[in-house]
Amino acid sequence: MAVGTVATRGRAARRRWSQTALGSWVTTADHKRIGIMYIYTGIFFFFIGGIEAALIRLQLARPDGTVLSPEAYDQVFTMHGTTMIFLFVMPTMAGFGNYLVPLMIGARDMAFPRLNALGYWLLFFGGLFLYSSFLFGAAPNAGWFSYAPLTEATPACLATQVGTLTAQQQAQLAANAAAAPGGIGCFGAGANMDFWIIGINLLGVASLVGALNFVVTILRMRAPGMTINRMPLFAWMTMITSFLLIFALPSLTVASVLLLFDRHLGTHFYQAGAGGDPLLWQHLFWSFGHPEVYVLILPAFGMVSEILPVFAGKPIFGYTFVAWSGVAIGFLSFTVWAHHMFAVGLPTIAQAFFASTTTMIAIPTAVKIFNWVATLYGGRLRFTTAMLFATGFIAMFLIGGLNGAALGVVPFDYQITDTYFVVSHIHYVLFGGAAMAIFGGVFYWFPKMSGRFLNETLGKVQFWLMLVGMNLAFFPMHILGLLGMPRRQYTYPPNLGWDGLNLTSSIGVAILIVAFLVFLFNYAKTMLTAPVNAPGDPWDAFTLEWATTSPPPAHNFDTIPVVRSRRPMWDQKHPELADWRTAVH
Amino acid sequence: MRFRTKMRRWAGVALLALLVSVVLSACEKSPSVLDPAGPIATSEANIFWFILALSTFIFVVVTAVLLYSVFRFRERPGAAPPRQIHGNTRIEIAWTIAPSVILFIVLGITIGTMFALAQPADANTVRVRAVAHQWWWEFQYTAPNGQTVDVADELHMPVGTVVEISLFSDNVIHSMWVPELGGKTDVIPGHDNKMWLRADKAGRYRGECAEYCGTQHAHMDFVAVAEDRGTFQTWLTNEQATVQKPTDGTPDANALAIFQSAGCSGCHVINGISPANIRLIGPNLTHFGSRRLIAGGVLDNNPANLHQWILHAQQVKDGSDMPSFDGSVPTVNGGKALTSDQLDSLVNYLESLQ
Repeated sequence: MAVGTVATRGRAARRRWSQTALGSWVTTADHKRIGIMYIYTGIFFFFIGGIEAALIRLQLARPDGTVLSPEAYDQVFTMHGTTMIFLFVMPTMAGFGNYLVPLMIGARDMAFPRLNALGYWLLFFGGLFLYSSFLFGAAPNAGWFSYAPLTEATPACLATQVGTLTAQQQAQLAANAAAAPGGIGCFGAGANMDFWIIGINLLGVASLVGALNFVVTILRMRAPGMTINRMPLFAWMTMITSFLLIFALPSLTVASVLLLFDRHLGTHFYQAGAGGDPLLWQHLFWSFGHPEVYVLILPAFGMVSEILPVFAGKPIFGYTFVAWSGVAIGFLSFTVWAHHMFAVGLPTIAQAFFASTTTMIAIPTAVKIFNWVATLYGGRLRFTTAMLFATGFIAMFLIGGLNGAALGVVPFDYQITDTYFVVSHIHYVLFGGAAMAIFGGVFYWFPKMSGRFLNETLGKVQFWLMLVGMNLAFFPMHILGLLGMPRRQYTYPPNLGWDGLNLTSSIGVAILIVAFLVFLFNYAKTMLTAPVNAPGDPWDAFTLEWATTSPPPAHNFDTIPVVRSRRPMWDQKHPELADWRTAVH
Repeated sequence: MRFRTKMRRWAGVALLALLVSVVLSACEKSPSVLDPAGPIATSEANIFWFILALSTFIFVVVTAVLLYSVFRFRERPGAAPPRQIHGNTRIEIAWTIAPSVILFIVLGITIGTMFALAQPADANTVRVRAVAHQWWWEFQYTAPNGQTVDVADELHMPVGTVVEISLFSDNVIHSMWVPELGGKTDVIPGHDNKMWLRADKAGRYRGECAEYCGTQHAHMDFVAVAEDRGTFQTWLTNEQATVQKPTDGTPDANALAIFQSAGCSGCHVINGISPANIRLIGPNLTHFGSRRLIAGGVLDNNPANLHQWILHAQQVKDGSDMPSFDGSVPTVNGGKALTSDQLDSLVNYLESLQ
């Protein structure tokens, strides 16, 4: 083919777009690149969600705040929750999963690389779509949990109104509704909730295809010798998380699509007085929502279970118990959903059932915490930044777990549900838990992904600022809840004993902002000045991702690794003390 | 002064200011769950102290082992590689059983308390219907003679008596909560939720809406007024009284004419003036002057605040159903602002309705 066709002759020197720098990333189906894109996107939205948090705390720093109007506040707090859950934690965890799981199991890529790419782009466009709502002044505004009938659009939600409105009253209400942007109450005629429903479903498809990909990859593509009981705990947790997503996302899809029908097709699923029931939304939503919180935390458990042993120089204590407690949590997570609904008037017996399942789910969680502490005990501890984050995780998640167990004590829950006590709980487990684990993961796997080391000193400064900042920000919220401050309120009156605590919380968030500026500086400095010199195994670690170069070649491993234990790298570096000699797994 | 010392001094000042503000704010009267004034709140507060003790104990023990490990097993130069311990089944079983036992004991206490909080029998039970609006609380009592008494923002209750509250909403979900008296119950359209409260100490207890219900969820408060039985009966009897139609030409008659022409009568009822047996959008104003809170529990009831509320309701509570009568809403009062004379007339009249 020396001559070439008319069409190609003049273009011999031009590359295809997919071979340019930008094009190769946009068209990639390589799990490592997709993973990195997920992580960048997730961290980007973390900063956006952080700006929303800063606005909230600025508004609440003083009583009768005027930083945000109530309508703006409602959009900001809704988007803060939605962003942090669906656009930060889930994508970042998916990103680490994408990058690491094939490497950890000795595979060349995920089972379905192009499906993998689809998942990422759905996330990307789903996030853009959700945020485009701000351009229309119609960002979602009914909370990330979107309770009906506040989210309904039609006046038919007033079907149970007592008495008929006179013409004068109808005119009055119409004028008021027109004057109030976003509508009043269930006059949610704006597009706010439509953005939420469609956005969430786009993101849901992304998560679903990712989950299916992980399950097939983990079950079918492990390296020779790597039984399920020998695979890294991060892979275990990713697999359990994927099953949770597969079984929980349908509830959210159903719930949100029925809401879309109510809003636009004249159905009445959630409208009382027309045969529907607002509680149907809550049951459907929390059937998704509770497994969802374990989707958020299980990968964090996995990351911590990888980091702690390496920097303790010994294996994870109780691998089997950590793995199977994850499975137990996965199953139990489908049985506890109505513990978000203790105040709605369910029969006492039903509440007792959910109190019981909630109690049971605390047990495997406690077992994990004990195993992590036992991993440290007797080790030879190296406190790198990653190790600081993993250790901090244990303490902060312990607090979140304890105040969560307190929330399961139903009579106490009647007092502090829907108050700042719950806000404290969710931030201890999601910030002190998931976010800390994520940053630990960033510092730990950054050299593998980029060949460079993030600056350890700056990392440690960031860690301590985060630890101090988060406790200042979220611990006072326990007290605020006990002192009677409800949540989701755009302001509060002075002289109720809430002022100082709110100010303290806002100062805590200010400290967190400094921590993240330090991180940004660290990242920029590293990418601009640090040499690309990280070895394949910079941390003296145990698992297969460290058995290849940093960063790995496109095909991951030159030859398919064969494993004989849970710690193939340890075995290779310590042949006399290899796990397959000393422990039977 | 050297920078480090200067920084330390400013940090100290800031810390002191923070602590002072926190301590001072604790001196204010909070609607605290830990300040119970009735049997439900007492039971729930006691359970909290128990949970706190248990959680603190667990936290201290686990964190102690964690911190001990962090310091004792830090890498030291020349230290031997650690023992490669994979686990210990016996320990695993022990620390699975121990928390399980503790948790099941707590569960037993939980369920026991849940059932113990069922509404007790009380021959003098007062029954109230709480109607949650966006964004104010309406309370309907049935007087001994069968007449319905309709009030807003204040839940009067006799001390030492069970008050059974039926919760009703025709709009969105709300939640009724008086922290010092007991836990909250959601008000759900289409559901017949009931809750009970009992105050064993006289006093005024802050009540709040505790379920996000729209833009002014933050401004949907009420007060539970616990008073001795005699005072309560007097209050209820007084509430049954209707207002006399004033003679033509009197200031009261002029005020009522404005009440009609400006459109107030389209949303508010004054018993004895308005047609009988209707319920409209806004609070019943029959005994408006005797209330201490207005505008959904947000403002103290005084002439200055009432002026502000009638004239600029949308600035006080943006988005509420109460329009501003300052000419900014076209369909209200023909788009004209109330003159200050008209406003004074209305305010005087309303405050006179005791």
